Amino acid sequence: MNRVLVIAEHDGAALNPSTAKCVACAAALPDPEIHVAVFADNGEAVAAEAARLQGVARVLEVDHPANAHPLAAVLAPQIAALADGYTHVLGPSTTFGKDVMPRVAALLGVNQVSDVMSVEGSHRFKRPIYAGNAIVTVEAPAGSVVVATVRTASWQAAETGQDAPVESKPVEVPLPEHTRFVEVSAAKTDRPDLQTARIVVSGGRALGSAENFDLIYRLADKLGAAVGASRAAVDAGYVPNDMQVGQTGKIIAPDLYIAVGISGAIQHLTGIKDAGTIVAINKDAEAPIFEVADIGLVGDLFTVVPELEKALS
Amino acid sequence: MERILVGLKRVVDANVRVRVRADGSGVETDGLKMSINPFDEIALEEALRIRERGEAQEVVVVSIGGSECQQQLRTGLAMGADRAIHVDADPELDQLTIARILLALAEKENPGIVLLGKQAIDNDNNQTGQMLAALWGRPQATFASKIVLDGDTNATVTREVDAGLETVEVDLPAVITTDLRLNEPRYVKLPDIMKAKKKPLLTVAFADLGVERAPALEPVAFEPPPQRQKGVLVEDVAGLVEALKARGLLR
Ligand SMILES: Cc1cc2nc3c(=O)[nH]c(=O)nc-3n(C[C@H](O)[C@H](O)[C@H](O)COP(=O)(O)OP(=O)(O)OC[C@H]3O[C@@H](n4cnc5c(N)ncnc54)[C@H](O)[C@@H]3O)c2cc1C
Ligand SMILES: Nc1ncnc2c1ncn2[C@@H]1O[C@H](COP(=O)(O)O)[C@@H](O)[C@H]1O
Repeated sequence: MNRVLVIAEHDGAALNPSTAKCVACAAALPDPEIHVAVFADNGEAVAAEAARLQGVARVLEVDHPANAHPLAAVLAPQIAALADGYTHVLGPSTTFGKDVMPRVAALLGVNQVSDVMSVEGSHRFKRPIYAGNAIVTVEAPAGSVVVATVRTASWQAAETGQDAPVESKPVEVPLPEHTRFVEVSAAKTDRPDLQTARIVVSGGRALGSAENFDLIYRLADKLGAAVGASRAAVDAGYVPNDMQVGQTGKIIAPDLYIAVGISGAIQHLTGIKDAGTIVAINKDAEAPIFEVADIGLVGDLFTVVPELEKALS
Repeated sequence: MERILVGLKRVVDANVRVRVRADGSGVETDGLKMSINPFDEIALEEALRIRERGEAQEVVVVSIGGSECQQQLRTGLAMGADRAIHVDADPELDQLTIARILLALAEKENPGIVLLGKQAIDNDNNQTGQMLAALWGRPQATFASKIVLDGDTNATVTREVDAGLETVEVDLPAVITTDLRLNEPRYVKLPDIMKAKKKPLLTVAFADLGVERAPALEPVAFEPPPQRQKGVLVEDVAGLVEALKARGLLR
């Protein structure tokens, strides 16, 4: 049997959808018993949510005032202590998981398996390298604990519809005070979340300014879509960093992805490989984005996008 | 602070598209243009700016791998680093062993900050900095887009996270890993390349560091990613709307 510990991601109030993806990955291991650990100052609501995910046998609620904000240096020693007796410790390949899981791996004396795309055996996994230009199958050392992050775009979220027991689980380890949370500034938006949206509209450098990016927002709102961007658009300051899609931004898998004025650099494409349908709007018929687009429209975005918005009204 | 230690990994240049060898034995890297990992260039740039502001005395660059990575160290010296350390080792070393090597160097050099990239763009692991911080028992501030030092005692770091920007305060020494928006690295000028030839570059053998090799993940197979097929071109917006409807994506 594989005893799997999934580290929940949450904002203190609600479970992040990445956790259901990790549970799905855990369920793909041979004969798994899946526990979810919720580290919070008061994790009751989040733990109850995790307990509803199908496949979860038990939820461990680790309440501590120091867990009010997820600081890797504070969480890692607790996770490492809790990991005793588990064969696998999984977290999501989100900035939360990428920050904390390698620290856990080092404390447990193993390398981390980053960005698991598929499970090929209890210690065998596929993962992308070189911006997704190659897929490698890796084998973790037999008999040692596996610490891994789960590439969320590769997994269908575990369904809800059960009620696993929740256990309060104090973890007694010394916690460092050398790292302090100051603040998080998140752009408030009523639009769907980029990482889970069914439809995403992204804009690139071609938009030319933050004002022009309004075209993208208006089209997105017509479609009920989330909004993304290329690195060039983020670097130029048209939109905030949390909208970057790609190798070093967010890896997403919407049903429909509309790329507007984006050339299709490999680093961008790696973030949208798993999209259902890719639409490209670009004035350059030679742009690499057309090599992967299911539907391409060669044209000037400043005429095409308003027309499309109108057609959808 | 006395010094900043910067990790420079030699990787296939970001503009080169690599291919999996036909026999699936690995990724073909022979004859490809090699560069400093882009995130490490950003780390070095940041360290140089900190030194230029008078907040650090010395910038030391480190690269772990075969003798080829001395090229990247020379580029780092040309950018402005004061000295370089080449740890002569198997270029395929695992990240935990790399972190152990960096720990051995940190214990010897006593840097106020170890600045690394958030991820090497070859293996896309994104783990070395976090591992070093764990082994060192020191703070980590990953995915940094802004670093403000408060003397030698602590740093306030803005981090690019999925929700937006997070700010943390860390005691020094600490490990900081860079994100893309931290800065724009400078270009190397020809005279600097000449000057860099005279700067100290020390080679240390892995075996002499007393570092134990960690159990690595074994690569058992390589394959190209599934290719997406090139789709259709539509003439105009009406054609686009129709194509979306045909796929059931629009009502
Ligand atoms: C280490 C590293 C990591 C990176 N990570 C990422 C990442 O995570 N995500 C990412 O996106 N990039 C990433 N990049 C950057 C990437 O290589 C590209 O530079 C970037 O994606 C380009 O953005 P763009 O397509 O918006 O701009 P450009 O490449 O400049 O393309 C603009 C496109 O707009 C078209 N256009 C111009 N005007 C119009 C118009 N009026 N109407 C229609 N089309 C028009 C042009 O034909 C062109 O194709 C990374 C790079 C490096 C080195
Ligand atoms: N062989 C190496 N030599 C020097 N620095 C390295 C090496 N490998 C990794 N690093 C540093 O660790 C960072 C993260 O690498 P990785 O965890 O492999 O994605 C890189 O950006 C470098 O700063």
